[in-house]
Amino acid sequence: MNLHEYQARELLKAAGIAMPDGGVAATADEARAIAERLGGTVVVKAQVHTGGRGKAGGVKLAKNAAEASEHASRILGMQIKGLTVEKVLVVPAAEITTESYVGLIMDRETQRPVYMVSAAGGVDIEEVAASTPEKITRLAVDPVYGLLPHQSLALAFTLYQDIAQVRAAARIMEQLWKVFTTNGASLAEINPLVTTPDGQVLALDAKVIIDDNELDRRPDLAALRDESAEEPSEVAARRANLTFIKLDGNVGCVVNGAGLAMATMDLVKYYGGDPANFLDIGGSSNPEKVVNALRIITRDPNVKAILFNIFGGITRTDDVANGIVTATKQFDVGVPIVIRLTGTNEKEAVKILNAAGMTALNDMDEAVQKVVALAREAA
Amino acid sequence: MSIFADQGTRLVVQGITGRDGSFHSRQMIEYGTHVVAGVTPGKGGQMFEGRVPVFNTMADAVRETDANTSVIYVPPAGAAGAIYEAADAGISLIVCITEGVPVMDMTRVLPYVRARGARLIGPNCPGLITPGACKVGIIPGNICAPGRVGLVSRSGTLTYEIVNHLTRNGIGQSTCVGIGGDPLIGTNFIDCLRAFEEDPGTDAIVMMGEIGGTDEQNAAAFVKASVTKPVVGFIAGQTAPKGRRMGHAGAIISGSSGTAEEKMDAFKAAGISVMKRPVDVVTLLRERLGR
Repeated sequence: MNLHEYQARELLKAAGIAMPDGGVAATADEARAIAERLGGTVVVKAQVHTGGRGKAGGVKLAKNAAEASEHASRILGMQIKGLTVEKVLVVPAAEITTESYVGLIMDRETQRPVYMVSAAGGVDIEEVAASTPEKITRLAVDPVYGLLPHQSLALAFTLYQDIAQVRAAARIMEQLWKVFTTNGASLAEINPLVTTPDGQVLALDAKVIIDDNELDRRPDLAALRDESAEEPSEVAARRANLTFIKLDGNVGCVVNGAGLAMATMDLVKYYGGDPANFLDIGGSSNPEKVVNALRIITRDPNVKAILFNIFGGITRTDDVANGIVTATKQFDVGVPIVIRLTGTNEKEAVKILNAAGMTALNDMDEAVQKVVALAREAA
Repeated sequence: MSIFADQGTRLVVQGITGRDGSFHSRQMIEYGTHVVAGVTPGKGGQMFEGRVPVFNTMADAVRETDANTSVIYVPPAGAAGAIYEAADAGISLIVCITEGVPVMDMTRVLPYVRARGARLIGPNCPGLITPGACKVGIIPGNICAPGRVGLVSRSGTLTYEIVNHLTRNGIGQSTCVGIGGDPLIGTNFIDCLRAFEEDPGTDAIVMMGEIGGTDEQNAAAFVKASVTKPVVGFIAGQTAPKGRRMGHAGAIISGSSGTAEEKMDAFKAAGISVMKRPVDVVTLLRERLGR
């Protein structure tokens, strides 16, 4: 789960990391009030879950409170990469001498949290990693012991020469470790970590991604989810315990299992179609899940045909068949449905579908070709 | 022949009295797996289905039954604890089916298990099956057939899809292993490739990967350097958008790395035959095996 910058800042501050004071605003008036309180030049920053906010015009410098209000009214409601800006962060504009990058990521290869530290901060770290990887220092940390004092110092020495700044940065590294481990993050990043003309070391921007698997045991973190920043159909799907991702195509897909769901989307593409979504109904699927899945998919006006691809293992195909029949009785699906099912209780499933005037296919390729053709005819 | 599980597997089910644990225990027993014990704290002394003794702790279960393999069906909050307990009890193969285990837990679990000489498969995996001998996990036994093709996959139902094509076309399997869809897992492609390469009962290997991470790229390098048997591969997620978690916690393209294209290129460069569709597995295997 991605956190907004203003939420990530709170986690960093709670761990003791020095960050300039600031405030979050949902209206231009609120932004003005925060700017007045802070005094001086401020930065107004769009709070959306995407990078490239600056390039899109979502980050503006304001010399005074009136300007902050103007910028806020322009940025609020703005679309950045398809996301509407609902909130802005207002922070004092710091005077900057140097900009560095400090990130902590869960690394799959070493199976440990890994620090990535670079004196080339303030820019997209992916670009730095791709073009000048030698500018990034990496350190994998043993989670049993945590970041050891000599490790944090060694990392800090790659950024600064001044010992006071080195010690300040080393402390921030250790505090970031605390942010990462106590919140079950998969990423915690400060970009940039700056030095100011008077020698202070400050974290100016924060990004934190929480491992979704932590949310069940951490209701405090789960409460940080901002559903207004998400696609409404994806919110509805999560509430119905479905894994759903909206795409731009016109072939709706209902599949059991993530791997098969991806392979189904790929096969739709292979046969010249375009998937409208990723949807995994999961393992032990009851008919209710199928009804919800159909409701969510049919809300998308782009969808011209729907494919069910069910390989029954734990999933009982008769449950899925019952769900399809129930859904079609409850509401008008409005587009043709192609059903492929095989595996557990397949015979019962076919009987249930036939009794309702529907048919089922046994072969995945045949079903995908059929649904692609139907979507094309309707488009 | 097979890898990791065979007639000598003596299985203990952690969470045997739970909803999923009891359902799949019945299936495993029906398949002929030697399910020798179950563990549910507080239910020690009971008999599962009138024939499998239930113990309070893994230590008790191992001492009383000589179990050497465990399968875990406990909820996410208890999964890490169950793995630690199995490793401490001296279990050599631990299979964790549970989905949703916090990754931070796994950073500590994995070195703990390795330090005790045990192998962990999963978490968030369907387990493994050696057709005709033994099934540990949830892969449906009826779609598999004994044979000489080894299969390793990050997925569940996609594995079933491919195994089904193999079985229907008379191509049996030595062992099918689902290594799991999480970012941090106990057994990776290379571990399985090495085991299949060494297994005299395996003639060819099918490897099914997906977007996210670099495990497939590393596996491809390993195939090029150290695998003499033919390998056929598949990558799911060619149409997946960047930065979105596609169901599996590990199936995410971060920035521009971990794409299907990148992985398929790595496969091809290593001499792995790449399927365009799941159904292609049959033709490609026949080509590579020259039959």
